[in-house]
Amino acid sequence: MNKTVEERERVVVRFAGDSGDGMQLAGGRFTDATAVLGNDLATLPDFPAEIRAPAGTIPGVSAFQIHFASRDILTPGDAPNVLVAMNPAALKANLPALPRGATIIVNEDAFSRRNLEKAGYLESPLDDDTLAEFTVHRVPMTTLTTRASEGLEGVGTRDAGRAKNLFALGLLSWLYDRPTDVTERWIEGKFASKPAAKAANLAAFRAGWSFGETTELLDVQYKIQPATDVEAGTYRQVNGTTATALGLLAGSVRARLPLLLASYPITPASELLHELSKHERLGVRTVQAEDEIAAAGVALGAAFGGHLGITSTSGPGMDLKAETIGLALMLELPMVIVDVQRAGPSTGLPTKTEQSDLLMAMYGRHGDAPLPIVAAQTPGDCFRSAFEAVQIAIERRTPVILLTDGFLANSSEPWRIPALDELPEIDPGFAVAPPEGERFLPYARDERGVRPWAPPGTPGLEHRIGGIEKQDGTGNISYDPANHAHMTRVRAAKVANIAADLPPLAVDDPDGDADVLVIGWGSTYGSIRAGVRRVRDRGLKVAQAHVRHINPLPANIGEVLRSYDKVLVPEMNTGQLVKLLRAEFLVPATPYNKITGQPLYAAELEEAIVELIEAPTEVTA
Amino acid sequence: MSATLHVNGNGNGAGPRLTKADFQSDQETRWCPGCGDYAILNAVQTLMPELGVPTEKTVFVTGIGCAGRFAYYMDTYGMHSIHGRAATIATGLATTREDLSIWVVSGDGDALSIGGNHLIHALRRNVPVKILLFNNQIYGLTKGQASPTSERGKITKSTPFGSHDRPFNPIALALGAEASFVARTLDRDRKHMTEVLRQAAEHRGASLVEIYQNCPVFNDGAFFNLTEKETKVAAQIRLQHGQPIVFGPEEALRGVARADDGGLEIVEAAGNERRLIVHDQHRDDPSLAFALARLSDGPTEPTPIGVFRQVQRPVHGAAASENPGRAVGDVAALDQLLRAGDTWTIA
Repeated sequence: MNKTVEERERVVVRFAGDSGDGMQLAGGRFTDATAVLGNDLATLPDFPAEIRAPAGTIPGVSAFQIHFASRDILTPGDAPNVLVAMNPAALKANLPALPRGATIIVNEDAFSRRNLEKAGYLESPLDDDTLAEFTVHRVPMTTLTTRASEGLEGVGTRDAGRAKNLFALGLLSWLYDRPTDVTERWIEGKFASKPAAKAANLAAFRAGWSFGETTELLDVQYKIQPATDVEAGTYRQVNGTTATALGLLAGSVRARLPLLLASYPITPASELLHELSKHERLGVRTVQAEDEIAAAGVALGAAFGGHLGITSTSGPGMDLKAETIGLALMLELPMVIVDVQRAGPSTGLPTKTEQSDLLMAMYGRHGDAPLPIVAAQTPGDCFRSAFEAVQIAIERRTPVILLTDGFLANSSEPWRIPALDELPEIDPGFAVAPPEGERFLPYARDERGVRPWAPPGTPGLEHRIGGIEKQDGTGNISYDPANHAHMTRVRAAKVANIAADLPPLAVDDPDGDADVLVIGWGSTYGSIRAGVRRVRDRGLKVAQAHVRHINPLPANIGEVLRSYDKVLVPEMNTGQLVKLLRAEFLVPATPYNKITGQPLYAAELEEAIVELIEAPTEVTA
Repeated sequence: MSATLHVNGNGNGAGPRLTKADFQSDQETRWCPGCGDYAILNAVQTLMPELGVPTEKTVFVTGIGCAGRFAYYMDTYGMHSIHGRAATIATGLATTREDLSIWVVSGDGDALSIGGNHLIHALRRNVPVKILLFNNQIYGLTKGQASPTSERGKITKSTPFGSHDRPFNPIALALGAEASFVARTLDRDRKHMTEVLRQAAEHRGASLVEIYQNCPVFNDGAFFNLTEKETKVAAQIRLQHGQPIVFGPEEALRGVARADDGGLEIVEAAGNERRLIVHDQHRDDPSLAFALARLSDGPTEPTPIGVFRQVQRPVHGAAASENPGRAVGDVAALDQLLRAGDTWTIA
């Protein structure tokens, strides 16, 4: 039959099903095809903490949202235009997020009496007026998937049943005119050694596509043209985990130091351990330590040995590593600590995102113990941030905390692959043996306050370092009160001095006359940009800036803050950066906080910004 | 500031033959007078030149406690780290630097209490480090609390009515953690200590040496039964590879034999010659070594000293080092990795 083709500028699709239904996989494949097509995109996986919560229940619902467009986009989208619901629980859990008029595609076969009960429906929502405001397509996906694999050699009903996510993927691929070869190639590779599963999945995918093309149920196919307003270059899709791993590796390669990552399994940081453990060929060593403390110790031991020592974790692990980070700071050895933040405290919401470790990164150690903190802004930006963390750590002989979060780690976007010669070389500047008759001074400092790095192995540089306060210069134990005061200040100044070499905080204020500045940090970058764009689309003026270096802060930040009447600080916590800015610069910054474990939405921010713009300026006498 | 300082007197071991002085740092030792740590330091500094490892390839990593100061007194590379964590730092160093000879110096509180988890895992992994456990059965640096090796009923500042808890047996613990080298020696037996340390140094893999060490201030005489002239002959069960396990004065020689229930028992040597156990430190099955470790309930009883176990098994990090792959700094390999998977180009 003839189908109408309509163009859309942007679409948000959410795949939702039971956590055993393969929704993350379907979403991931859809994302790959979308990336290859050249749309801009952003994704948001949203899955439960339990690996297999009771099937068919609301807690077991796993979802994957993708926002794709022909222009550059900044977030995974607030509300889906299309929901694919594989069972009643997935429908019920996601219905509140759907705007009126959205399209719902359900797997009709899963709406059995039993599944309806598990989801808490007395009546099938397909039969009453629950979905009256939406366009609903009822597709018997299980039946059609099973039928598609009938007669295929070696394919049992089990293989067929498990492939219904590929049917859904095929259907959506048709609906949005995604290339099929990318997905088919993937299926062939993935199931190369399992011919039956390969056949079943290919059949399901093609059946889904054909269903869209031939059935009268769907009468419109949508096209989203490739994005054109993007920088020239070669692109790939990355999530924050991969980008972080690549950034750390790039640091290792540019410093010509082998990388050691020591880690202990913890959600959502474990993925970084998995990713880096694949790269032994690039000189990477990974150690799965006995606990978080040991992981930090192993990384520090590697740093003492002259390697690039890295440890990765999420919130609770940071608590455990704190003492070792303090030692690294005292020893003035390079080390990178990656904190993939999650909603806390304690186990909190381990699979949900939050930005609530900022003050811990700043102050969560005994003693006066400042260290550099770099915060990544987007999944792809994790590369640059990780590289910078390595660079600062090595060049300044200090532990550096790299803050990412669960959203960045799991979310993906197109990423322009950098040319490696764009990246600076990192000089470890190892100490060389002193001339005959001279003794090596392990705590002598250069003009930046940086001490020599002398890994074991060089004759004449034998020295002892430790956690006890040291005499500046010699590094010998010193209990001298004046020396301790001096060393505390020297350590702080060394970190503060880094600001001189950091780029100034960039402010996006197109006409230069906005009254309100929105300033954020970390993964809220995309949401804030999108919120600001919406405000400007309404003809209002707002300036925007995003802090990458939490410590030291960019040198011009005080000046920037003071040049606006009102400052809004959106964060996924109860107000941490805002506290820092108020304390450091005595500005009346207004917090905007969200602590639901979900990213900020552009629409929420739009509202908050407009409210602040329209609020009367407080006059202080 | 320049990174060097002109020094008078001895520099570092530049000469071909190292001496004890080459391993002595210029730092003043600050243990209490009479502390067993002095004897251990002296034995280690004396042994070092004989091992043939230069000062720059030798590293001492220590934890917290009196033993932790050890690193400052060795003119090698060293790190005085944090309480209980020396084994983790040494693991990181050993994983990345197989060219180094790495020693961990720790105490009973450091290694068995706060650092217990790291100790057993370093032994399990067989990390190539030599762990010296100075056991004085007390917390010294924090001024006299019960430690995990303090005997039951011990009255200390933290246990005024006596310690209720059963102590660890460090040798049994190490054997339970599948340690490949386990030994015990005494601070007041220089010759024995040196011989045990030499074997530990030569072992490929993790070695644990428990050193009974006197704390003259908070636990004086805890091991005198084993170390003093009047009692030691009857109390020391000196394990010697390939020899029957016998001890005591010549006229009343006793030995260790299999009991009828399968365990070990102490018997008169005379008349039981055929029953006496011949010590085999290379025995793969650790159960006999474990039984020997449990022969004594503490240093007040006849107690085995020497090497309980020394076996070869895969060493941590060795598999990776056999497959080092490409050189570090391989820009082409990294570039390939960055471009892995589906890519697209926008002109």
